[in-house]
Amino acid sequence: MFRNQYDTDVTTWSPTGRLFQVEYAMEAVKQGSAAIGLRSRSHVVLASVNKAQSELSSHQRKIFKVDDHIGVAIAGLTADGRVLSRYMRSESINHSFTYESPLPVGRLVVRLADKAQVCTQRSWKRPYGVGLLVGGLDESGAHLYYNCPSGNYFEYQAFAIGSRSQAAKTYLERRFESFNESSREDLIKDAILAIRETLQGETLKSSLCTVSVLGVDEPFHFLDQESIQKVIDTFEKVPEEEEDGGDGEAEAEAASAAPAEQGGAGDQDVAPMEM
Amino acid sequence: MTKQHANWSPYDNNGGTCVAIAGSDYCVIAADTRMSTGYSILTRDYSKIHKLADKAVLSSSGFQADVKALQKVLKSRHLVYQHQHNKQMSCPAMAQLLSNTLYFKRFFPYYAFNVLGGLDEQGKGCVFTYDAVGSYEKVGYSAQGSGSTLIMPFLDNQLKSPSPLLLPAQDAITPLSEPEAVDLVKTVFASATERDIYTGDKLEIMILKADGIRTEVMDLRKD
Repeated sequence: MFRNQYDTDVTTWSPTGRLFQVEYAMEAVKQGSAAIGLRSRSHVVLASVNKAQSELSSHQRKIFKVDDHIGVAIAGLTADGRVLSRYMRSESINHSFTYESPLPVGRLVVRLADKAQVCTQRSWKRPYGVGLLVGGLDESGAHLYYNCPSGNYFEYQAFAIGSRSQAAKTYLERRFESFNESSREDLIKDAILAIRETLQGETLKSSLCTVSVLGVDEPFHFLDQESIQKVIDTFEKVPEEEEDGGDGEAEAEAASAAPAEQGGAGDQDVAPMEM
Repeated sequence: MTKQHANWSPYDNNGGTCVAIAGSDYCVIAADTRMSTGYSILTRDYSKIHKLADKAVLSSSGFQADVKALQKVLKSRHLVYQHQHNKQMSCPAMAQLLSNTLYFKRFFPYYAFNVLGGLDEQGKGCVFTYDAVGSYEKVGYSAQGSGSTLIMPFLDNQLKSPSPLLLPAQDAITPLSEPEAVDLVKTVFASATERDIYTGDKLEIMILKADGIRTEVMDLRKD
């Protein structure tokens, strides 16, 4: 109830010490379609759900290559994500140019977080409406970070963001302890299985997801549809043994199971620009 | 009162020679590996050839510190291009980029004498030759560096290409086969090494074809 009084601009605190505009920005992340990241000791896998505005259009790109050793998956306002990816690429190139060595992932996420923080403390700006899963490999090993619109960032073994991500997170929570020692193939399989959790009943097809890998001796690249379909084929025949992936965790926007082909049409509250 | 001149120069010439020849489906880029300063040799094993993109290879003689800086700038710009266009730069595109980059420093130039070789969009060999400030031309063959004055007249004799100003436009590529072109390159370098003190030690040859790049190394006189 009190939210409405103190949420007009980002430079207004609420009496309870919250910045509502920043929190609203985090809501935008939850509206976007799911993005998932997991890492082992030597590899990082980023995967996302391909959601298209309509049957006529192509789906939006949610995973971007930043450098050979860093990739980023986004959820929320994809336009903001695209702009931030360009910034990350620029930072990476400038670092390589000056130091003749790849930009450590931790340094990149700090710069990204600082950039996001600026937008939470200027009256003429708004926070970025996108969450970023930054996966990368540097001298200290494989890393996966999550950058919030708030300017916070956290390191994860595995994480999922976007709509119905709770289903994926539940799956990952059960399995994450083994990820560090996972093989590359198992990691990819777990990523695709986590994606499947977010689809909630829809049949998993390679056209519905995008998967990217990077690792030691393996620069960032996307997996082609055939490879993804092969992994799907290994488990799609197995009957579902897990508990219902949906859970009682109802998302705020009540994204009910719209018919598979409808895509975004079922979510009435989702603005067209958010994917 | 006569004008005072600097007693220090920001430039140095590290010598060496670079050659490139364009063929119907290949391009040969070659350079010696000697790096000198004044009358001394700094090293006998320095590569002046640098791959910029899958189909574009740059060879530069002159001041190697400027050459290194130029290569770094081009490499970064190429990465930006790849992010934006999702593909590698073509040789003609790289040629224009190199020209622009050089002219950008028109009033404090890169002391680099460049030859860019590669395959164009149709898969035919192409060679671009430059001066220090970016003036460039697509040619069938070229030589730059300390031995260029010895090599160029001989290449003209063997490979004379039609003027790019002719109409209708004629192909600049040589009718030589790839082994013949490589042999010609070895011959001209052996000759240049005899009379140019800054050329010698080893010859590095890169042969660019549609399926990839091959490298050959040949010994030259070390005196």
